[in-house]
Amino acid sequence: MTTAEQGTGRGGLPLRARLASTVSRTASALSRAAGRGDGSVIGGWLGLKIDPDLLKHLAAGRRVALVSGTNGKTTTTRLTAAAMGVLGDVATNSLGANMPTGHTSALARAGHTPYAVLEVDEHYLKQVIDATHPVAIALLNLSRDQLDRAKEVAMMATLWRDAVRDRDSHIVANADDPMVVYAARAARHVTWVASGQRWHDDSWVCPACGSHIVRTGEDWACAGCDLRRPVPQWRVDGDAVVDPNGNRHQLMLQLPGRVNRANAATALAVAAQFGVDPAAALPRLATVASIAGRYATVERDGRTIRLLLAKNPAGWLEAFDMAERAPTLLAINARDPDGLDTSWLYDVDFSPLQGRRVLITGDRAMDLAVRLEVNEVEFEHVPNFAKAVAAVPPGRLEVIANYTAFQDIRAELNRVN
Amino acid sequence: MSTEPTRGYGPPAEPGGYAPAGRSGPRHRAAGDDPASESALRIVWLCPDLLSTYGDRGNMLILARRAYVRGIPVETIEVRSDEPVPQEGDIYLLGGGEDGPQALAAQRLNANQGLHRALARGATALVVCAGYQLIGTSFFAKGTKCPGLGILDITSDRGPTRAVGELAGEADPALNLPTLTGFENHGGRTHLGPGLTPLARVTTGVGNDGATEGVWHGKIIGTYMHGPVLARNPALADLLISWAVGSPVAPIDDTWPNRLRAERLAAIR
Repeated sequence: MTTAEQGTGRGGLPLRARLASTVSRTASALSRAAGRGDGSVIGGWLGLKIDPDLLKHLAAGRRVALVSGTNGKTTTTRLTAAAMGVLGDVATNSLGANMPTGHTSALARAGHTPYAVLEVDEHYLKQVIDATHPVAIALLNLSRDQLDRAKEVAMMATLWRDAVRDRDSHIVANADDPMVVYAARAARHVTWVASGQRWHDDSWVCPACGSHIVRTGEDWACAGCDLRRPVPQWRVDGDAVVDPNGNRHQLMLQLPGRVNRANAATALAVAAQFGVDPAAALPRLATVASIAGRYATVERDGRTIRLLLAKNPAGWLEAFDMAERAPTLLAINARDPDGLDTSWLYDVDFSPLQGRRVLITGDRAMDLAVRLEVNEVEFEHVPNFAKAVAAVPPGRLEVIANYTAFQDIRAELNRVN
Repeated sequence: MSTEPTRGYGPPAEPGGYAPAGRSGPRHRAAGDDPASESALRIVWLCPDLLSTYGDRGNMLILARRAYVRGIPVETIEVRSDEPVPQEGDIYLLGGGEDGPQALAAQRLNANQGLHRALARGATALVVCAGYQLIGTSFFAKGTKCPGLGILDITSDRGPTRAVGELAGEADPALNLPTLTGFENHGGRTHLGPGLTPLARVTTGVGNDGATEGVWHGKIIGTYMHGPVLARNPALADLLISWAVGSPVAPIDDTWPNRLRAERLAAIR
């Protein structure tokens, strides 16, 4: 065991942390070998049982960036890790295991790296800041998600505000989301990114004073207090990111949609806090093609199938923006990770799909059927993914699915990454 | 199920013959716009800025579509909590929300009194979850007892546990409705005063108190059911429309809502 520990270069860890780290990695490997999953949660869980401070020990000596928000955090983490790669090796939880167990497992597995970029579930931000003392924290957006158990959006903004207050970490925050601005402006150092906000329905009421947020074009301000859109230092202009010096950086992303150009802007702004020149990072951003199946394109029986994950109303609006005008399969489940209540379907306007060939499937396809009928979108119901593939002609098939429906389809495609 | 994909909804194939998307459709406007013609069925959704956590827009959209399909001119009006409540509405809607917004909605609706006047003159209303608690005399939000609108003799307090899950019940026989189905998610328990009738007797879930669910009084329906409630219970939507227009409405094709109902009711058996 001693040799193995030295082999990872983590010989500086306290004895208990060393044991915990080894058990964590072994369990992860066993879990993967047994086909029980990615192994990114069980390993971290065991490690933290043996040494509750394991994450802190594993983070010590690394320069860390955290990424949190309701949507886009897995993708932005991946893009940020790619950009930071300019500097050296980067540890990251790129499988989307975004709670402290996943962070612990990711750092234990990576061995010694000078840098780490970690995706953080919104609810765990404070805890992970305490454990990792990050150099930079990206705050992307806050909107409704998993209605039957998530915290109220304004309450989450307040938790974030408390988490970043009086820290030395540099905050990179979305100037277009009033909830994020409310949280981030409590921090000492903030860089604002104009990331956009297609979904407005969770930020009509000021989290600071309860008055209305008034929007004029892209600008917004509270009618009752001084909360307003800060002047962004980074913004997206067409296919380019404009940095604080006014330099345009042409993106060559494989990832689709305006929202991913904004995610790239955030990734460049975070990496800049570590000294990464945006121009040097651009080719690395262009190498990112898919993340745990998201945006993956798969050939099957002459069909080119693209997978888009949409977990909540804001995510669906972004997915419609990305999907090409081609036959489109919508898949909806309502299992625990999705939230059990399908009412949110009525928070989404499906009319961008009018005139397109739409197929529906999933555990809760009937809820979707009624929604589409009300929305005057024609559809066909199919019992499963394979039937959908068979029903469309050779060529493009866009698939938009919520969380467990997406995982089901990914499993049918042999866990495509 | 056949191996062929099941043909879904397609406007041109509908025997009811209503216009496909993009022609005239229900008219949607904001509170400040010009009023529509006197003859339109006016559906007023109150406080969408505060009480819209659970797809509550769906109830408005479903009512509008079901009226429109039958050739009833219809107009929907969304009225923010800082705007006055219009008096010309036929059906008023209040949706669900968290504690803070619920308390703020109560303050603003009480200050305005417009909903009180509209319901006093006999307008139809569907109030859901937080909105249902609001129309009573008191409710609990953030640990304090708050004054409600006092429109019906109802009080709500905190239950021992949060009620989350499928909710089903047999509607009051006088309403002549099939089994009601919805999804509930609330911490409150609601008590009806003497002279008020529950909307339903609970067969699955909690509702008001584990035995009864919701309220109906005059042309007011209150319920804890989300889903939204009118997506799963088209007959309830038609009841509200018939109250508002003053006559029964003809049946329409409910293939998909009925399949949804059957699936949800089978899931709790």
